[in-house]
Amino acid sequence: MSTVPAIELQNITKTFGSVVANKSVSLTVNRGEILSILGENGSGKTTLMNMISGIYFPDEGQIFIDGEEAVIASPKDAFDYKIGMIHQHFKLVDVFTATENIVLGLQEEGRYNLKVAQKKVQDICERYGFDVDPKKKIYTMSVSEKQTVEIVKVLYRGADILILDEPTAVLTPQETQKLFAVLRRMRDDGKAIIIITHKLHEVLSLSDKVAVLRKGEYVGTVNTAETNESELTEMMVGKKISLNIERSEPKNVTPRLEVHHIDCTNREGVLVLDDVSFTANAGEILGIAGIAGSGQRELLEAIAGLQKLDSGAVLYNNPQTGNMDNLCSKTPLQIRELGVRLSFVPEDRLGMGLVGNMDIIDNMMLRSYTKGKGMFLERKAPKDLAEHIIEDLEVVTPSATTPVRRLSGGNVQKVLVGREIAASPTVLMAAYPVRGLDINSSYTIYNLLNDQKERGVAVIFVGEDLDVLLELCDRILVIGSGRVTGVVDARTATKEEIGLLMTKTEGDAQHG
Amino acid sequence: MITAFIQSSIPLGVPLLFGSVGEIVTEKSGHLNLGIPGIMYAGGIGGVIGAFLYEQACGNQLANMNPFLAVIIPLLVSILFSVLMGLLYSFLTVTLRANQNVTGLAITTFGIGLGNFFGGSLVKLTNSELPSVILTKTSGFFRASLPFADDLGWFGRIFLSHDFLTYVSILIAIVVSLILNRTRIGLNLRSVGESPATADAAGINVTRYKYMATCLGSAIAGLGGLQYVMAYANGVWSNDAFGDRGWMAIALVIFAIWKPLLAIAGSFLFGALCNINNYLPGLGIETKELFKMLPYIVTVVVLIITSMRKKREYQPPQSLGLAYFREER
Repeated sequence: MSTVPAIELQNITKTFGSVVANKSVSLTVNRGEILSILGENGSGKTTLMNMISGIYFPDEGQIFIDGEEAVIASPKDAFDYKIGMIHQHFKLVDVFTATENIVLGLQEEGRYNLKVAQKKVQDICERYGFDVDPKKKIYTMSVSEKQTVEIVKVLYRGADILILDEPTAVLTPQETQKLFAVLRRMRDDGKAIIIITHKLHEVLSLSDKVAVLRKGEYVGTVNTAETNESELTEMMVGKKISLNIERSEPKNVTPRLEVHHIDCTNREGVLVLDDVSFTANAGEILGIAGIAGSGQRELLEAIAGLQKLDSGAVLYNNPQTGNMDNLCSKTPLQIRELGVRLSFVPEDRLGMGLVGNMDIIDNMMLRSYTKGKGMFLERKAPKDLAEHIIEDLEVVTPSATTPVRRLSGGNVQKVLVGREIAASPTVLMAAYPVRGLDINSSYTIYNLLNDQKERGVAVIFVGEDLDVLLELCDRILVIGSGRVTGVVDARTATKEEIGLLMTKTEGDAQHG
Repeated sequence: MITAFIQSSIPLGVPLLFGSVGEIVTEKSGHLNLGIPGIMYAGGIGGVIGAFLYEQACGNQLANMNPFLAVIIPLLVSILFSVLMGLLYSFLTVTLRANQNVTGLAITTFGIGLGNFFGGSLVKLTNSELPSVILTKTSGFFRASLPFADDLGWFGRIFLSHDFLTYVSILIAIVVSLILNRTRIGLNLRSVGESPATADAAGINVTRYKYMATCLGSAIAGLGGLQYVMAYANGVWSNDAFGDRGWMAIALVIFAIWKPLLAIAGSFLFGALCNINNYLPGLGIETKELFKMLPYIVTVVVLIITSMRKKREYQPPQSLGLAYFREER
């Protein structure tokens, strides 16, 4: 290995308006090395990486590549330095095929020929063991397939410096292992790899060095071999925290929500839920595990009244009247008027949960605007609630009147979960509530969910990290391709067992 | 009878084809240019100004007009006018990120005002009795068709008897279709309209593509105005005679689901619908007016049907109408 670092950052600073995203950050990565970047939400990890890949331009500081100063003013410059970034939010054109996305923006020698490109894509896939159909359109792909396309895209461009922004957030354990094997192979090939992840065990098992950021500032770099989970957490948060989910035994368990044989077809005419039945109990956390896009979203939307069902029923055991109400024939508003309270944290938190251009207070009012007397809106209560959430959940924001679009992903999520829990629901559904969150805020959310369970709420938790599902939930419902493939007891089940159930019907689904 | 109907319908469809292909190119870059009617109008008056100046320069010796110059001067002035309009629209919507709909409507109003201003001025200059600029001589060069077309019976009359801009419009539609679907430039342009952030991350110069597509689209659309005044209207420019062809061209883009080849079929179909009232026997004045509504009714029906289409490929470019700013959070 050469002694010159593949990439070196010196005193990089970037601000957005009055928000300082990165303050004087310095880093080095050598060839043949994997560096993990750790940090809480809003600590500026993604911003920093975006400056290396040319999306943002640093306000101050220098970037050196192979010892020479580089000016990366655009993504094209980044390619010229052989830097490839796999973004957390995929940069893919939905109506294009995998190959079209991969060759997009390239200036290859010779005529534009998709067949040749397809061949090259297939070669890369075979070399690293990826499974991608080069002719498949992106919008028909699952999340993990899309990620594979992103990785192939970077490899196709011959990148030597790879940046991965939370690549494992959407993968099954098996897929994660496969990805890590690929990354290790690339490292041994002499590539420099930077990976952003929140999962500490991944940091420890994969990387050679770990760099830690805290609130935009660089805390330090440690060798992975010489550190451990608690030291890293302390560096990241600035104080010692405990990483235990306190799972209590469920009390007063009564059926609250009974889902009977529901079928659901989406807009494209594909059957996304196929004869799904289960019961969610009050005072219990029901986990839902499955490969991304297996029907989790539709299932939650069906219960919340946002998705039309082909057949089946969702029965709600009303604790006030003792009646069973069928939620299927009701609108979301009727569901609330009946006293049936469903708090819903959609997967796409900005799209359906919050309005990006409105501030935190106004977003609180989205749930309470019907309350209050007279023709004017009641502003006091939402304002108190917003301030309460900012304080309790440690939301990093200049003020309660900042548009939520300007907050980092994790902080947006805290605002949303905070608001939903404040509605004191009887059924709380949360889809990927910790997606993209760092450890500290993830545990804040887990504890909030546990808290709700102890208050007798029926909690439905759609998660992606199987370790967390096993630690947090009481029972886990596994779905594969829109079908229930099993219900397991989270106290006794193993990760492998769930992983197998998740892929159980995949073969059938491909034929049908 | 049917031959005559088809033969006279085709020139009516040509401005629509230019307009819709121009708009397709622009929309593929993510810009909904509602300025197209104004740009077509400006392209028309540009051609008239070019032809007027050349005819004036030739003075009394109109017979000595060089056919090549008589065509190329109006053509270039027309393109200049429409590209300038496109440039103004791009500057406002791409660089300044102004609202596209408002900007487009302003461009339409501006283009029509510009056309009427120059139209009126030229009428004044010629001391004409009629409120029109008459450029019959230049029109003659534009309308020149193949000499043997009429000898080939119905085939010649339907397919070969038209002015050269008719064939240019079809050729442009085919070339645009090939570029969009078969070249790297087309792939890049489509990605800009679908997802500018993706295109940007892939190293494509989003701003340049948006400018190029809008200006090129405007130039193509402007030719529609030129064809209308020089070939269809026999070189007679009257203020406001162009009508709402520009709006129909925009509606046609949706009818053609953003495919230039379908725009060819759509344009000539609309041309025929505009023309059918002249060929149905036994229509009184009042029923004729009803038949003139046909293109608009079809447009409404098409809009209803197309909005029910579910397939992703049939949807407009995903970021149509949205301004792109790289550092947006």
